[in-house]
Amino acid sequence: MRKSLRRSIAGALLALGASSALPVTAQAAANEQFFPLATYRVGAYASSGIPVWAGMIDYLRYINEVEGGINGVKLVWQECETEWTAEKGIECYERFKNGLNGAPVAVYQPNGAPAAYALADKAAADKIPLITLGYGRTEATDGSVFPYNFPVMLTFYSEASAVVNYIAEREGGFDKLKGKKIATVYHDSAYGRETQGPLALLAEKYGFENLQIPVADPGNEQSAQWRQVRQAKPDWVFLRTWGVSTPVAIKTAARFGFPVERIVGDIWASSDEDVLPAGEAGKGYLALTPYPGGAGFEIHRKIKEHILDKGKSDLKDPKSFGSVYYNSGLVNAAIAVEAIRAGQAKFGQRPLTGDEGRWGLEHLNVDEARLKAIGFAGLMQPLRLSCSDHEGGGAAKVQQWDGAKWNLLTDWVQADRQTLRPLIEAKAAAYAKEKGVTPRDCRAEQ
Amino acid sequence: MTTLSHSLPAAHDSAPVELLRRRLPWALLALLAVAFGLVPWLGNDYWLNAILIPFLVLSLAGLGLNLLTGYTGQTSVGAAGFMAVGAFATYGLLLRVPGLPLPLALAGGGAIAAGVGFLFGIPSNRIKGFYLMVTTLAAQFFLEWVFTKFPWFYNYASSGTISAPRLEVFGHDLHSPTGRYLLTLSCVVLLTWVAVNLVRSQTGRNWMAIRDMDTAAAVIGIPVDRYKRLAFAVSSFYLGVAGALWAFAYLGTASAGSFDINRSFQILFIIIIGGMGSIAGNFVGAAFISLLPLLLNYAGQNLLGGSVDAGQLQNLQKIIFGVLIIAFLIKEPEGLIRLLGNLRERLARWPLRF
Repeated sequence: MRKSLRRSIAGALLALGASSALPVTAQAAANEQFFPLATYRVGAYASSGIPVWAGMIDYLRYINEVEGGINGVKLVWQECETEWTAEKGIECYERFKNGLNGAPVAVYQPNGAPAAYALADKAAADKIPLITLGYGRTEATDGSVFPYNFPVMLTFYSEASAVVNYIAEREGGFDKLKGKKIATVYHDSAYGRETQGPLALLAEKYGFENLQIPVADPGNEQSAQWRQVRQAKPDWVFLRTWGVSTPVAIKTAARFGFPVERIVGDIWASSDEDVLPAGEAGKGYLALTPYPGGAGFEIHRKIKEHILDKGKSDLKDPKSFGSVYYNSGLVNAAIAVEAIRAGQAKFGQRPLTGDEGRWGLEHLNVDEARLKAIGFAGLMQPLRLSCSDHEGGGAAKVQQWDGAKWNLLTDWVQADRQTLRPLIEAKAAAYAKEKGVTPRDCRAEQ
Repeated sequence: MTTLSHSLPAAHDSAPVELLRRRLPWALLALLAVAFGLVPWLGNDYWLNAILIPFLVLSLAGLGLNLLTGYTGQTSVGAAGFMAVGAFATYGLLLRVPGLPLPLALAGGGAIAAGVGFLFGIPSNRIKGFYLMVTTLAAQFFLEWVFTKFPWFYNYASSGTISAPRLEVFGHDLHSPTGRYLLTLSCVVLLTWVAVNLVRSQTGRNWMAIRDMDTAAAVIGIPVDRYKRLAFAVSSFYLGVAGALWAFAYLGTASAGSFDINRSFQILFIIIIGGMGSIAGNFVGAAFISLLPLLLNYAGQNLLGGSVDAGQLQNLQKIIFGVLIIAFLIKEPEGLIRLLGNLRERLARWPLRF
C-alpha cells in the first residue's frame, strides 16, 4: 500500500510538472477589449452552435475592420470549447475572466444553460456581467437581486406569455382562449421546465387547459409523447425542445397526424437546422424567435460587402448566411458591443472592466433610431435595460417554415410582462433569502 | 520491453501475507504539506476552480468505484447515479434540517447514498459479471429519472437545479475558491486514509478474495453476499460524498443532468486508465482524464491557433486524446500506475538493465 502511495506522489508531481507548461499571459495591450467566446464546436449541439459563432465573429470582425473598433477600442477574441457542459464552461470562464494579454473582459456570454447556472454566483463574486440571450435564470430579470445576470430580450417567462398572446390573436381574442387546450411538449431539463410556472399562471388567468408533456433527453424517440398528444387533442402545441429532439418531434407529430401548422416552436426550436432534418413534415411549422431568419437586413448587406465577399467570414457553409442561428450570433454580438458603447459614454473611450460593463448594460438603450443606425432594424427589437429590469424587450416574431425558408407571419408579439413580474419578484426574493443576498436599492442606481 | 513487465510483481494490491515494515512516509507528508499549505497560498482562481477541485473530486469518485470494481470485482456503470444521490441528499439535509453543520450534512448525504447503494447491491447475491453491470446501468437511469421527476428533491425550483444554500464549517465561510479547495482536499485526504486502511483490513482482504475467485472465497468461509453488499454500500458512500462535492464545491449548482451516464463512464475510465485495485491509481487516472484534455487544448491553441479551423482543432484534440488512451492501454493494460511503477523500478536500477 505504501508503495502505491509513493507512486501516487510521483504521479501527482508528474501531472503538476506537465501542467506548469501552461502558458502565462504577459505584456499588456493598450487599447483592446477582450471578448471571450465560449463555444461548442464538438458534441451533440455543435450543429446549432457553429453558425452562431460565425455570426458573432463576423460581426466582431466587421466592427474592427470597418468601424475601427468601438470608438477606436479594438476587440480581440479567443475561443474556448465548452461542449455545452457546465464543467468545461467553468474552465473557460476561469481561463478568461482575467482578460487576455491585459485586455479586460467587460461582458461574458456563457452560451449554454448548464454553464449559465453554474456561473451565476461565480460571476457575481468576480463582478463580471453574464449576458444570456433567450436562456438562463428568469428571476435574474430582477437586477436588484442579480446585479451581474442579464437574461436579455426574451426570458422563458416572456416567451410563454408571447406564445399565449399569439395564440389568442389567432383564436380571435383572449376571451376565446377559455376552454382551449394548449399542450407544452418540453425537453425534460432545467431549460424545459422553466415555462411551467408562467403557463400555469396564464392558464388560470385566461381559462385554457394547460398540458405539460416531458421528453427525456436527448429525445430521439417520442412516440409515447405524441400518442399522448393525440389522445388529448390539444388545439395548439407549444414545442420546447432543443437539438435533435426538435426534428424528431415534428416528424413524430406528422406520423400521429397532428397538424404541423398548430405547433409553435420556441426560441431554441426555431432555426433552419431544426426543421431541415424533418423534411416535408416541417412545412408549415411555426416558431417564435427574437432574431428572425433572413439575409435581407441592412447589417447583412454590410457584412456581405466587407466580410463575406472578401473571404474573411467564419462561415463554413455560405448557405447558413442569414439563418436563424447566424442571426442570433449577430444579435448577441451587437448587444455586447452596444453595452460596451454605453459604458464608454460614461467611463471614457477605453477598454472597460466587468463592473463598468455592468453599468453599460444597465444603461443600455437601443431604440428604433439606434437599430437603424447599426443596421439591425427589423432583426432586433428595441431594448432598454435598467437596474430593476435586466430583460428589456420581451417580444418575439412568429415565423413559418415553407420548406425552404422562414417567412415572417407577425411583427413583434409583445409578452405581458406586468402579469408575470410578481412571479419573477417572488422567485428572486426566495433566492435572496436562501442565499442571504441583500437586494440593491435600484432607485440609488440612476 | 515485454519481458521486463512480466518480471515485476502485480500492480494491484494482492492480499498481504507478511507484515509491512512501518516507516514514516516523508514524501507523502511533504505532499500533504504542499497541498494544504502552499497551494492555497500560491494557487490562483483558475488553478483552484478549474483544475484542482475537479481533479480531487474525480479522484474521490474513482476511489469509490475502485473499492467496488477494482477491489471487489463488481463492475458498475452506475457511479454517477450514486453521486447524484449524495448531492441531492446533502442538499436536502442542508435545506430541511436547520443548523446542521456541513461536515455532518456531507456524511449524511454519503450515508443515504450508501443505503441506496446497498439496495442496488442486493442483486449481486444472485447475478454476476455483465448481468450485474446491467442492473447498475438500471440504477443509473432510475436515479437520474427520480431526481428529474419528483420536484421535492430539488425544492420545487422552476429549473430543477439545486445549489448549495450555505457552505460553512464552524463559522468559517467556504465560498471562496480557497475555502472550497480546502474543503474538498480535507474530505479527499480523510476518505483516502480510511480507504487505505480499509483495503488492508480483513474487510479489504475479503473483498480481494471475492474478486479473485468468489467460489474459493465462499469455500474458506467468507460470507460472500454480505461482503459484496458491503462493498456496494461503502463504494456508494464515497461516490455520494464525491457527488455532493462535485455539486457544491465545484459546480456550485447541479441538476440530474450533471450526473448522467457519461459521468459514470468517465469515472469507470478513470479507474481503468489509472489502475484497477490501486488507491493511487485513481489519482493518476483522474489527472489523466481531467488534465490532459486541458493540456491538449492549450497546446492546440498555442501551436495551431489561428492557422487551423477552430472546429477541426477541437475534433483533433479529441482524436489525440483517444489515441493516447488506446496507446497507454496497449502499452500497459494494468493502468498508468503500473506504468509509473515500472518506470520507477527501472530508474532505481539505472543505468543497469534487468
